[in-house]
Amino acid sequence: MEKSELPDPFEKARVEKGFGKLNDQDDPVTMLLRLKDVRKTAHNYKTFQSAAQPGRIVVPSEVNIRDTRQIPFEVDPPVHGEYRAIVEPWFKRPLQAEYQEKLKEQIESLVNECLNNDRVEVVNQFALPLQSRALTLLLNTPFSESETWISWGTHVFRSEGEALDADKANILYDYIDQQIERAIAKPGEDMYSVLLSSDFQGRKLSKEEVKGVMVLTFAGGRDTVINAVTNSIAYLAEYPESLERLRKEPEIAGKAVEEFIRYFSPLTQMGRVVTEDTAVCEHAIKADTRVSLCWASANRDAAVFENPNEIVLDRKINPHVGFGFSHHNCLGATHARQILKILLNTLATKVGSIEIQDYKENIESLDEFERKVGYDRINVKFNKLT
Amino acid sequence: MAKITFITSDNESITLEGSSGSVMALAVENGVKGIDGDCGGVCSCATCHVHVSPEDMKKTGTASEIEADMLELDDNADEFSRLCCQLEIGDHLDGVVLRVAK
Repeated sequence: MEKSELPDPFEKARVEKGFGKLNDQDDPVTMLLRLKDVRKTAHNYKTFQSAAQPGRIVVPSEVNIRDTRQIPFEVDPPVHGEYRAIVEPWFKRPLQAEYQEKLKEQIESLVNECLNNDRVEVVNQFALPLQSRALTLLLNTPFSESETWISWGTHVFRSEGEALDADKANILYDYIDQQIERAIAKPGEDMYSVLLSSDFQGRKLSKEEVKGVMVLTFAGGRDTVINAVTNSIAYLAEYPESLERLRKEPEIAGKAVEEFIRYFSPLTQMGRVVTEDTAVCEHAIKADTRVSLCWASANRDAAVFENPNEIVLDRKINPHVGFGFSHHNCLGATHARQILKILLNTLATKVGSIEIQDYKENIESLDEFERKVGYDRINVKFNKLT
Repeated sequence: MAKITFITSDNESITLEGSSGSVMALAVENGVKGIDGDCGGVCSCATCHVHVSPEDMKKTGTASEIEADMLELDDNADEFSRLCCQLEIGDHLDGVVLRVAK
């Protein structure tokens, strides 16, 4: 197996049954594995709801570690749409030239630093600082805040052992509470202040609602972005011809980003709580149980994608669900796409080749499936383009 | 060279000229309201949904299977719906009128 490969563990179950079973903390999940089923289920918010007990739609479940409802993520239409309308313009700012210029400066400076080192551990020394620094742009907070976030490590809700960790979650919650108090005392142009002054149903957003949006922003874009960045570098290390192609045809970077998101599927799955007895792909599903929309499996569905297990850098038709689908599609997708696009263009212009030295894979255990999502660590050497 | 007219949800009419690339890219470059083109044109985001004028359907053709699958779950979709990232600009599109869905 190639070092950068992310195998598809779902193929047999997807083709033969269309679903898999996962017992998550005694709240079992039926994992939906086919693209069409995933899309239809994501769209049907009445039968497959997000506005369940906070944390329950996440797999693994977070009900034991948090009470704060993440917004708009754990709300259903039509209220979902009202919240989404408030936050959407803020999350589209990465389309602005000035935002992209700042992001480019950050990424170029990080790549330049790495070119001077013989050994770079990509997860902790590259992807984590990149993600944290870029987040200061999304939140419009001082760059120095990124030092605090870097010190938290790669997971916001999980510590070294991968188990859900309430202590770790409290670090984030306490931090966000403090930031909200700061923004109330001294409003600025940061995301906390903007949310606090936002109108919702004839009133301002409450502190708890602002906290819900902020927790989502921190948690949703953390290990997903880190895995996407790390996996991209591992791939480009093994496929120097792709780096060369991005150098010669920078215009394909946008398509390459979509293909990376499809192939890497940084978020394996997202759950929904079933509100009535129903069936998906002829399989009965009971009310008050959970299903999951398995983006990672759907993105390898051979009924839709030709050569699904290959990275086709300029794949032209690519109806992937790597950023989710329908009402709840990824709010941070605009930011994530810009990060990856600028990263690819920067690597193509500055880096001649990347050598993988050693690595340890990060494998998610999902009962009947084991899925590689990225790396716990991967040491590389970046060689300058000469 | 093809002239393509977009009618936005607030009834503004914008006529643009193009010779290559996708209709979505032309609209995004010119800031047509309601055409976001988030995915850059690979048919994964459905943020470039337009309704083709019935008389222009013979110029644009109907949606491909993958495109139709995306549109199937859009509540605004009808038989004249297309994702305009899948419309390549060429002389054959000259004069088409597209109503922006969003």
